[in-house]
Amino acid sequence: MSELIISSSPHIRSNDSSRRIMIHVLVALLPATLSAYIYFGVRSLVLTAVSIAACVISEYGIRKLLKRDMTIQDMSAVVTGWLLALNLPPQLPVWMAVFGGFLAIVLVKQLFGGIGQNFMNPALTARVILLISFAGPMTRWAIRGDGADLITTATPLALLKEAGGRVLPDMPKYIDLLLGNVGGCIGETSALALLLGGLYLLVQRVISPVIPLSFLGMTLLFTWAAGGPSGIFTGDGLYHILSGGILLGAFFMATDYSTSPITTRGKWIMGVGCGLLTGVIRLFAGYPEGVSFAILIMNILVPLIDRYTLPKPFGTPKKGGGTAHA
Amino acid sequence: MHGKKWVNKGVHPSHHKGTHDCMSQKITLPDRILMPMQQHIGAPCRLLVARGDRVKVGQLLGKAEKYVSAHVHSSVSGTVSGITALMFPAGNRVETVEIIPDGLQEMWEGISRPKHSTPEEFLQAVADSGLVGLGGAGFPAHVKLKAPPGKKTELLVVNSAECEPYITSDYRECMENAEGIIDGIQQILDHLSIPQAIIGIEDNKPEAVHKLRKLIQKDPRITVQILKTRYPQGAEKMLIYSLTGRKVPAGGLPLDVGIVVMNVNSVSFLSSYLSTGIPLITRRVTVDGNIVARPGNAVVPLGTPVGRVFEFCGGFTREPAKIIMGGPMMGTALYSLDMPVMKYTNALLAFDAKAADRGKETSCIRCGRCVEVCPMDLIPAAINQAALREDVDQLLRLGSINCIECGCCSYICPAARNLAHSMRLAKWQLKKASAKEGSVQ
Ligand code: SF4
Ligand code: SF4
Repeated sequence: MSELIISSSPHIRSNDSSRRIMIHVLVALLPATLSAYIYFGVRSLVLTAVSIAACVISEYGIRKLLKRDMTIQDMSAVVTGWLLALNLPPQLPVWMAVFGGFLAIVLVKQLFGGIGQNFMNPALTARVILLISFAGPMTRWAIRGDGADLITTATPLALLKEAGGRVLPDMPKYIDLLLGNVGGCIGETSALALLLGGLYLLVQRVISPVIPLSFLGMTLLFTWAAGGPSGIFTGDGLYHILSGGILLGAFFMATDYSTSPITTRGKWIMGVGCGLLTGVIRLFAGYPEGVSFAILIMNILVPLIDRYTLPKPFGTPKKGGGTAHA
Repeated sequence: MHGKKWVNKGVHPSHHKGTHDCMSQKITLPDRILMPMQQHIGAPCRLLVARGDRVKVGQLLGKAEKYVSAHVHSSVSGTVSGITALMFPAGNRVETVEIIPDGLQEMWEGISRPKHSTPEEFLQAVADSGLVGLGGAGFPAHVKLKAPPGKKTELLVVNSAECEPYITSDYRECMENAEGIIDGIQQILDHLSIPQAIIGIEDNKPEAVHKLRKLIQKDPRITVQILKTRYPQGAEKMLIYSLTGRKVPAGGLPLDVGIVVMNVNSVSFLSSYLSTGIPLITRRVTVDGNIVARPGNAVVPLGTPVGRVFEFCGGFTREPAKIIMGGPMMGTALYSLDMPVMKYTNALLAFDAKAADRGKETSCIRCGRCVEVCPMDLIPAAINQAALREDVDQLLRLGSINCIECGCCSYICPAARNLAHSMRLAKWQLKKASAKEGSVQ
């Protein structure tokens, strides 16, 4: 008889794997990608494909270079590339997407040790670097007009800001926000598609509802309270959470495992923090949109949040010194 | 009624309780018996026999001399053919008596019905019986039952949760010997003046609930409570919390909240011991796994080589890659089929290479699943990292010592990280560190 395997318990494992989780995320991105194709045309698909390729090739290259185990099979680089693309404007030059993918993987993810180790969201960090480096192309929005060509437009949030928080008759309607018939990044415009994807992630238990709920809830509350044209509690909070990158951010970016807190209490703090910062930036800063910055700021705070939300082991007395680690 | 608390932690491994309806079958005598002097948590016994001695069924082979220890008795009549130092899976060696059975199964003259009229006599009888926790833990029963001075036992919790996959040993006891279980409980309540008992049983065993409930109608002290099927529902601290809402303090024992927990098989064994005086020399073992020809429940003389038990169940249909003593979540992988069945062996499982494969360990993706399932509210991912760095301060801060080694974290981890293993490593590092500190002072 051949040797028996000696290993410590448990001897069985659930059939979940990192790769399966990543594939769930990819599936959840399909609706938003489809809506992008409808409103921004085939160019959105090209950008997405290029960004994914850039990420996967970068990961392959740097793992080889650093002589580490190959990790592209876990599909996380595909997720990063795809998410980056969805955070880019539809008319961005292709080489910028390649550059972004390279930044996301090499600078943000791999130099910190790879999956699970990076403390800022790779796709978002790359996006913000691109935004700062190429402000023009990164803020040029366009949408398919009546013909096949894209025509320049403004994002709903920019219009809202200009109008002092008032939803004017010539601005996009709720239905446009739901379907994605508005200017914006490739994957952020259709609220419906993003909600569908988010729901899929929740049902598959890839993410917990805590961060999306608290993020969206907080921004809704804040913009309703402080974003109105005629005083407190006159803002259109719903318009706010249906426009811009907030749904993409709340379901797909702020929930990124590597860069969000590990405990449920921590996740509440993350979500509320993101929601509040998004609201503040949107209403009071120079930019109409604040989701990326809000999430990145919270990313930096995650180690701190984790430290202060460390749960007490079962059976530790609620009050007093107790024996947390006796 | 469902358990009161503790509903959102733990995991749901597939049950695999295919041996539910397999009546217990006595296996035929093996041609060799191995009796380790330590089949319990605690100190090993002092060996009482020597090579060439003739021994009988129920004869004392090893005497428990330390406070936490339990006697070892012979399960056969025969001749001691040698004393060896058997290597256990943990790597330690245990003094072991090897006996060649003569097939006569002659009873030892020393066996008689134990006296048990006072609490002291009762506890002495429990000690004499050699009983240890039969649910897999193997803690000496008389030590457990004895309330330390100043503490009073208010409740006996009888554990029939049997939350590990595959194992049906407790369930079979409920189906085949419900009377014995109830009698055992009543004896313990009577003798130790414990006012009440709760039998905790998972909701996937309705027949057993029905059977037990019928028998307790006349005894208001005993209730049967149904628990949600979830692993590790049968872990002492979780079981107590589910049944009573009481939390055993971190680092404490059930007695700190006035509770003693015993396995169903343990209480029914006590009932039989008090009426016959035959000590713990056989036990029921669930034999299963994906390569066992005829899975079932076998009643096995202690000391029977594991391979012999599998043979009794038709042998293997494919080459075994892993043999587990106990359940798949907390059991021990054996290095050899020659290891004997011991007092705490509730199951023997055999798997082929495919079923034994847990997958390759990859980087933690911080998904938080291990945190979600940990019944002790720990952060396994962080303890894992700290243990790999040997960061003792961090291990302390993370409360690693509270881990009950249930394995939920490793079970759920999508990166196949050996989290439970690193918990053991962490505890060991903490122990080493505190020993060092002690020697400096
Ligand atoms: S379950 Fe595994 S991958 Fe997820 S956080 Fe825990 S250790 Fe990391
Ligand atoms: S850390 Fe310990 S108690 Fe928590 S799930 Fe893992 S093995 Fe169980």
